[in-house]
Amino acid sequence: MIFKRTMLAASLMAAVSAAQAAAPTNEEIWQKLQQIQDQLSNVQQQNKLLKAENDGLKLQVDSNEKLAKDATEAAEAVAIATEEAVSNVSLLGDKTSIGGYGELHYNNLDDQNGSSDKDEIDFHRFVLFFGHEFNDDLRFFSELEVEHAVVEGGAGAVELEQAYLQYDLNENNTVTAGLFLVPVGILNETHEPPTFYGTERNPVEKNIIPSTWWEGGLMASGEITEGFSYDVAVTSGLKTDVGTNYKIRKGRGQVAQATAKDPAYTARLKWTGVPGLELAATIQYQQDIAQGQDSSVDSGTLFETHAVFERGGFGLRALYATWNLDGDGPKSVGADEQTGWYVEPSYKFSDNFGIFARYNEWDNQAGNSTDTEYGQIDLGINWWPHKDVVVKLDYQDQDVPKGKTELDGINVGLGYQF
Amino acid sequence: MNELIGKAILKRYSLQITSKILLSTLLFLIAFSVSARGIYQTDKDFLAEAFDNNVPKSQVIWMKGDVSKKVADILGHRYAGLRIRYWQDEQRSAWVLEEIGKTEPINFGIVIADNKVEWVKVLAFRESRGDEIRYPAFTKQFKEAELTEDQLDRHIDSISGATLSVRAMTKVVRLALYLAKNN
Repeated sequence: MIFKRTMLAASLMAAVSAAQAAAPTNEEIWQKLQQIQDQLSNVQQQNKLLKAENDGLKLQVDSNEKLAKDATEAAEAVAIATEEAVSNVSLLGDKTSIGGYGELHYNNLDDQNGSSDKDEIDFHRFVLFFGHEFNDDLRFFSELEVEHAVVEGGAGAVELEQAYLQYDLNENNTVTAGLFLVPVGILNETHEPPTFYGTERNPVEKNIIPSTWWEGGLMASGEITEGFSYDVAVTSGLKTDVGTNYKIRKGRGQVAQATAKDPAYTARLKWTGVPGLELAATIQYQQDIAQGQDSSVDSGTLFETHAVFERGGFGLRALYATWNLDGDGPKSVGADEQTGWYVEPSYKFSDNFGIFARYNEWDNQAGNSTDTEYGQIDLGINWWPHKDVVVKLDYQDQDVPKGKTELDGINVGLGYQF
Repeated sequence: MNELIGKAILKRYSLQITSKILLSTLLFLIAFSVSARGIYQTDKDFLAEAFDNNVPKSQVIWMKGDVSKKVADILGHRYAGLRIRYWQDEQRSAWVLEEIGKTEPINFGIVIADNKVEWVKVLAFRESRGDEIRYPAFTKQFKEAELTEDQLDRHIDSISGATLSVRAMTKVVRLALYLAKNN
């Protein structure tokens, strides 16, 4: 116990003396205070400088922000101005449009009943479309065609197939005046090469409708309700002739100084309410289908109906058309009834490649009991290297009345549209 | 002779009747027809419908470099503008795009959610043929459509006489899906 107390006393005394040895003098304390005061002023000065710098930086940041905002606004203005300028330039040429289509055909067909073989290469059609928009409601459209390449000394023809003015009466209805395609059939209005199968247009629409069929006159078209549209037209009519057994195709006047004694009235109803399906029916009535040139001919009435179906790659076209010609003249050669129909299933393996088959039957003298019926089977492929270009290859086999030319063989076609 | 005269009179009478029927049918149809061409919905109304009247601020995608090239690939031609404007909130994005059918531009409104088409609308149509594409029977084909390698995941059935309008709509939907995905 005594030993501990001694130790404690000894360490206490040592600590006190150590402290006494380090204790500063008043002089030293005063100097230290001066030092600290100097340091403090330094720090205060630095602080002032930093504050000033900071304020300066703040101003700069504000200024930069403003510059950035101005730059963005300028960029925006340039973008808007450029876009407007570009759209103005394109508008200048916008009103007039040019388009066209054409097809080159190669036919290698043998006449099974004789020597009227068809071994031909022919630029069958070269077509130019010209259109012009006068304003939002009034437009002009035309179709000029050169057939078979050379007219003078050749088999060709230059034809004006369409040339009409079209005016929108209101949002639902349109009036068309001039030379236009008769609203009938599948091919009559849409016959650009990439839009159908088979090198040649099908013989039913060609011989019975008769496509391509255009007349001059007035037409009203429009929409009745969702997917339901109508066309009603008053136009020049056909002029059938005894010399061709009143064959309906030969009756086309083509609005080329055509006799216009008797107008034709056409009406069509079309339903396209569901994607992939079109159903339509057309009737035409003409009071005198010989335009007063033949007293043995009276009225002519056409009834046509068709369906076009597309689902996925599968396609189906079916059409039926029949003409009824009144009068002793047509009746005597059986041309009082001219009828035809066809069915065409097809399948598209991809966007570029499709196959089809078609069965056709037609008769331009169906009114008599003699065998005057034609039949044709077509099988072929279409290849579209581009959606607007097509290469076609098809085989045809005809079935004809006794003694008539029967053409069997292959057809190759090249077509384009733009 | 009397028979011939009788026939002629009957003919003229039936002709008059036919013309009258056609004319009255025409007037009837004109009077009761539904709207076919024009502006079906304004951009403003379309956006209000898409975002339930809470339209977000628009944003832009600048047509430059890779984006511009990709857009040109999809449309088949260069985009006629410097920027594409769009509206986006947490759930969906809306696009108003224009593309030429045959000769005239068609305005489309497309709403995309989760990289799939929620709905498509034809806002304005100016061609003389093909306006059936505005009907729901047609546009519903695009519902839930998405891109597989920049093409639509499905085939769109066309309407006869509207092939080019259908093509324009398909291109524009692909474009919107692509931009929504890569934004």
